[in-house]
Amino acid sequence: MSEDYEMMCGIEIHQQLDTKKLFCSCDSRLCEEGFGDVYRRLRPTTSEMGEIDRAALAQFQRHMGYRYQCCEGTSCLVELDEEPPHDVNADALNISLTFSEMLGANIIDEVHFMRKIVVDGSNTSGFQRTALISTDGSVSVGDRKISILSVCLEEDACRRVETKSDEVVWRTDRLGIPLIEVATGPDMRTPEEVMEVAYRLGTLLRATKRVKRGLGTIRQDLNISIPGGARIELKGVGDLKLIPDYVRNEVSRQRMLLRVKSILGARGTEPAAFEIVDATSVFDGCESKVIKGALSDKGKVLAVRLPGFAGVMNGDGGTLRLGAEMAQRARTKGVKGIFHSDELPNYGIEQAYVDRLREFLGMSGEFDAFAICAAKEKKARDALEMAVARANEALEGVPEETRDPLPDGTTKYSRPLPGAARMYPETDVPPTLITEKMMKDVRDAMPEFPEQIEARLVRDYGINAQQARQIVRQSQDEVFERIASDRAMASVAATTLLNTFSEMERAGSDVSAIDDDALAHAFDLLKDGKFAKEALPAILGEMAKGVPAERAIESLGLEAVDEGEAASIIEGIVNERADFVRSKGMAAVGPLMGPVMGALKGKLDGKQVNRLLTEAIKKLLG
Amino acid sequence: MSYSDALSKALEALGASEGAKLSVTRDGRTFVGTLMPHHEFSAPDILILKMKSGYNVGVRITDSASIEVLEKPAERVRKEAEVEYREGLPKLVLIGTGGTIASYVDYRTGAVHPALSTSDMVNAVPEIRDIANIDARVLFSIFSENMGVEHWQELAEAVAQEINNGADGVIIPHGTDTMGYTAAALSFMLRGITKPVVLVGAQRSSDRPSSDASSNLVACARFCTQGNRAGVFVVMHDTLGDDSFAVHVGTRVRKMHTSRRDAFRSINALPAAHIDKDGKIVFSGAGVPVSDGQAKAIIGMERSCVLLQYFPGMEPSVFEDIFMRSRGVVIAGSGLGHVNEGMIPLIRKATDRGTVVVLTSQCLNGRTNLNVYNTGRDMLAAGAVTVLDMLPETAYVKLMWALANTSSPEEARMLMKTPIAGEMSDRRTADERRL
Repeated sequence: MSEDYEMMCGIEIHQQLDTKKLFCSCDSRLCEEGFGDVYRRLRPTTSEMGEIDRAALAQFQRHMGYRYQCCEGTSCLVELDEEPPHDVNADALNISLTFSEMLGANIIDEVHFMRKIVVDGSNTSGFQRTALISTDGSVSVGDRKISILSVCLEEDACRRVETKSDEVVWRTDRLGIPLIEVATGPDMRTPEEVMEVAYRLGTLLRATKRVKRGLGTIRQDLNISIPGGARIELKGVGDLKLIPDYVRNEVSRQRMLLRVKSILGARGTEPAAFEIVDATSVFDGCESKVIKGALSDKGKVLAVRLPGFAGVMNGDGGTLRLGAEMAQRARTKGVKGIFHSDELPNYGIEQAYVDRLREFLGMSGEFDAFAICAAKEKKARDALEMAVARANEALEGVPEETRDPLPDGTTKYSRPLPGAARMYPETDVPPTLITEKMMKDVRDAMPEFPEQIEARLVRDYGINAQQARQIVRQSQDEVFERIASDRAMASVAATTLLNTFSEMERAGSDVSAIDDDALAHAFDLLKDGKFAKEALPAILGEMAKGVPAERAIESLGLEAVDEGEAASIIEGIVNERADFVRSKGMAAVGPLMGPVMGALKGKLDGKQVNRLLTEAIKKLLG
Repeated sequence: MSYSDALSKALEALGASEGAKLSVTRDGRTFVGTLMPHHEFSAPDILILKMKSGYNVGVRITDSASIEVLEKPAERVRKEAEVEYREGLPKLVLIGTGGTIASYVDYRTGAVHPALSTSDMVNAVPEIRDIANIDARVLFSIFSENMGVEHWQELAEAVAQEINNGADGVIIPHGTDTMGYTAAALSFMLRGITKPVVLVGAQRSSDRPSSDASSNLVACARFCTQGNRAGVFVVMHDTLGDDSFAVHVGTRVRKMHTSRRDAFRSINALPAAHIDKDGKIVFSGAGVPVSDGQAKAIIGMERSCVLLQYFPGMEPSVFEDIFMRSRGVVIAGSGLGHVNEGMIPLIRKATDRGTVVVLTSQCLNGRTNLNVYNTGRDMLAAGAVTVLDMLPETAYVKLMWALANTSSPEEARMLMKTPIAGEMSDRRTADERRL
C-alpha cells in the first residue's frame, strides 16, 4: 500500500432485516420485558491443536455464568439453544442476494453457514451463525468507486440487561434477527467521504424496502488508520453526522501518538518496569478528595516510576496526551482513574506531596515521570499495570485496539482488537445452492435505486431535486408518498419532513413519537379540510407529546372555519381599517394579510384568505 | 462426505486431498482456500473451500474451471496430555460408546467426527480430575440409534470387568436416542452391582461452547464419588439450565423430548437424586449403598422379541406372523393397557404356543390395570401379562433378559411380574412429576 494518503478508512455496516428470525419463525422485534432465567455457562472449546484459549478458560474458571430471559413471541427453543436451527429464512436470504446485486457483487455459488465462536454469552450457543453471500462489489460515491469486500448474512446477538460480578443477564429477543453485514475495502481517504459512503450504503439498504428502521436497527463500525499508525476499530457509531468528527479525531490521535513515539525515541526512553510500590505513607495528611476517599475505604496509594515519559503524558500545550490513553486503559480495571506527574500538582495534591513522592521513588532523571493510583490494593495494582503497559506501547507507536464512540465526537478505549475469528461449519444448517431461478426472481424484483426514487419524486410530485435527494437520504420517501398522496399535499409534505420536523427537534420536540401512521392520519384530516395547513406545525407539536391529531386540533382551537364565517371576520378587519384601505386601494391586500391570518389563527388556507380579503376590499372600495 | 466421482478423480489427479490449499479459477473469479470435505447436501459439482476469512464457500466446478494445488495439507501433531494420578482420589473408569457427547468437529477440515476419544472428553473438562482419577477407554464409536443387543452385552461385560479391576465407579458416555434402553439392559444384566454405573449423554455436541456434555460429566463424577449409591443410573440436565442435574434410576428413565437438555425424565418414579451446580446432592429416597463384592454380568438375551405400539385399527392378520414367531411380545396398549377386541384371539393363540405377551401402556405415566373393563378382563383371560407401571421399553428389554435366563415361558412370566431392578412398583404418589 503506498503511503501518499493521509488516512484510510473502511466501514462495516450491520443492518437488521424486516423478516422473521433467521433460523426460526419468531418475530424480529424487541420486547419491553423478559421472563424466566435460564442459567448457562460457556466453556471455551479446544483448538485444532488440542489447546484451550487461556484467557477464555480463566473467565470460565472464575465461574462466570449467564442468565437468559425469554420474551413473548420473540424467543423459542431455538434462541435458547434447546432446538437445532430451522431452515434459513428465505426472505432474508433473498434480501441479501438483492442487496448483493445492487452492489454488483459476485454471489457465492453455494452458501455455507458458519459458527463464529463468541464466548461472552451474547449468543446462547457460544457462536454466531454467519454466511458469506457475495464478494467484490462496489459502491460509487461522488466520483470515487469504493470496493465492497463482502456481504454476509448473519444472526444478531442477545441484548445485555444487567452485568453482575459473576453473571451477565441477557435478553434473547434480539438474538437471531437477520443482519446483513456489508464491509467496504479500506478505500476512504477523507472524513467526509467516510460519512458519504455510510449514507450511501444505508440508503441502498433501505431502498430494498425490507430492512428494519429506527434506533438500533443499523450499526456502523469504522476501521481507521494513518500511515505509520495502526488499525483502530471504532464500534457502533450511531449518528452518521458525527462520522467526520470521529475520523478527524482519530487521525489526530494517531498523529499525536506518532509524535510521542518520535519524542520518546529521541530521548532513548526504554520500556518502564512494572515496579509498583506502596506510597500510601507519602500522602499522609493529603487533602485530595480522591486520595482521602480511597484511604478511608481501606485502599492504598500505589505508585510506579516512568523514566523518560515526562512531558508526553500531558504536554506541549495539551496536544500530547498519552496520559489520557493510560487512564482509559487503567479504568478497565474498575478504578476511577490515575494521576500522572504531568498533571500534578492539581486535584488537591499539592507540590509538597509531589516532591515527597519523587524523593520516595528516587526520581532524578530529567524526564522521569510517575503515575499513581488510589484504590483497593489489588485494583490499584492492576490499573497501574495497565497504565505502564500502555505507556510502553507508546514506544512502538499506535497500538491496535477497539474503541467506543462518545457523543462528543471523540472515542475511548474499549478492548484490544480481537484476533482472527474461529469459524467452524454450522453442521445443523444444510448448504444453500444459489440457483439460476433464485437469481432470476431477484433480478425480476429489483428495487428502485435511490437515484431512481429521487427522479420519480421530482417527476410525479413536482418537488425539487434537492428536496427529493434529502427525502431519500433520510429514507422518508415511503412516508412522503403516503402523505403527499395525489401530489396535492406534496409541497406541504416535503416542507413538513425536511423543515418542520427539524425545527421541532431543535425546539426540543420528540418527533420520533409521531409514527408514519399518525402522520398519514394528520395529513388525511388536512386533506379533508379539518384544519388549515398553516396550523400543521402546531398540531404536530401536540402530537409529538402523544396527543392524537383530532384532540390536538380541538384543544388548540384550530378547527377550520367555514368561508361565510371567515368572510365576516375579514370584513370586520377591513372595515376597521377603512381609511388605510381607501388610501392604498387594492395594494392594501398585502399589508392586511398578516392581521387577517392572525385573527383566523391559521384556521383557513392562505389562498382562500387572500381571495376573501381581496373580495372584502373590492366591496369596500365599491 | 466425498465428492462426486468426476470431481474426486480430478482432485486425486491433482493430488488435492482434504486440508490442501487450493486456488480455483472459474469465469474470471479466483478463490483461494483450504479444501473441505463435501457436505452430504452439497450439489455434486460444488467444491467447498475454507477461505482465509474463515468462511466456507461452495464453488461450482465447470469444465472451464481450473484448480491448482498451492500447498499440501499440513501434518498435525496432536499433543497427548500426560495423565497425573492423584493420591487419595477415587478411581473412575470412562467407557466410551459414541454419540453426541463424543461428537467433535475437526477444526482443520471442518468435518464432524463421531468419535472424540474418551480421554479427549476428560481433557476438555480438566476440573473433573479434581474429583477423581479417571481412566478412559473407547469400547464403541457409534451413534446410539445403531446400538444393538450385542453392544449391551459387550458393554455389561466391560463394566463388570472394570469394577472387578478396582474401579470405584463406571461412567458411560452414550448417545441419547437409545440411552434409556441401554440403561435398562445394564440394570438387568448387572443386577446387584456394588458400585455406581452411570450413563451420561449430551443434547448439544462437545465442540460447542454451550455443550451440556461437560457439566453432565462433572455432575456424573460427583455422584459416583460422593453419592454412595450402587446401581445403574442416568445423569442428565434436570432443567434447561447448567445448574441442575437429575440422577435417574436406569429402568425408569425415558427420553421425552427430541432436543431439550432436560429431555430425560423419570417416569412413575422420582429421580434418585438431584445435583446442583455446586455439586450438592439431594436424595429422594433410600437406595443401595456402595459395597465391596465381585461384579457379575448375566448377559443372556432372547433376540426373538418385539415391541409394538397399539393403534386404533390394529389388524390381527397383519401381526399374526410376528406373534406366532416371537418368543416375547410387548405391547404398549392404550390407556390402562388395552388392545381392540379383534386382537384378543391372537393374544390367546400366541400365548397357547408359548409366546409371552406383555401389556404396558402408551400413556407411560400410571400403572396398567386390566381388571377395570371387559376388554381388559378378556385380555387377561387370553393370557396377557401386565407389569404394573413398567415402561414399554424397559419391559421389552426385561422380557428379552427374562426369556434367556429362565427355563420356561411360565418362569419368564413370573419374573416379568416381579420387580428385580427397581423397574416397577405398585405405589405412585401425587408429586412424582416434581422433585
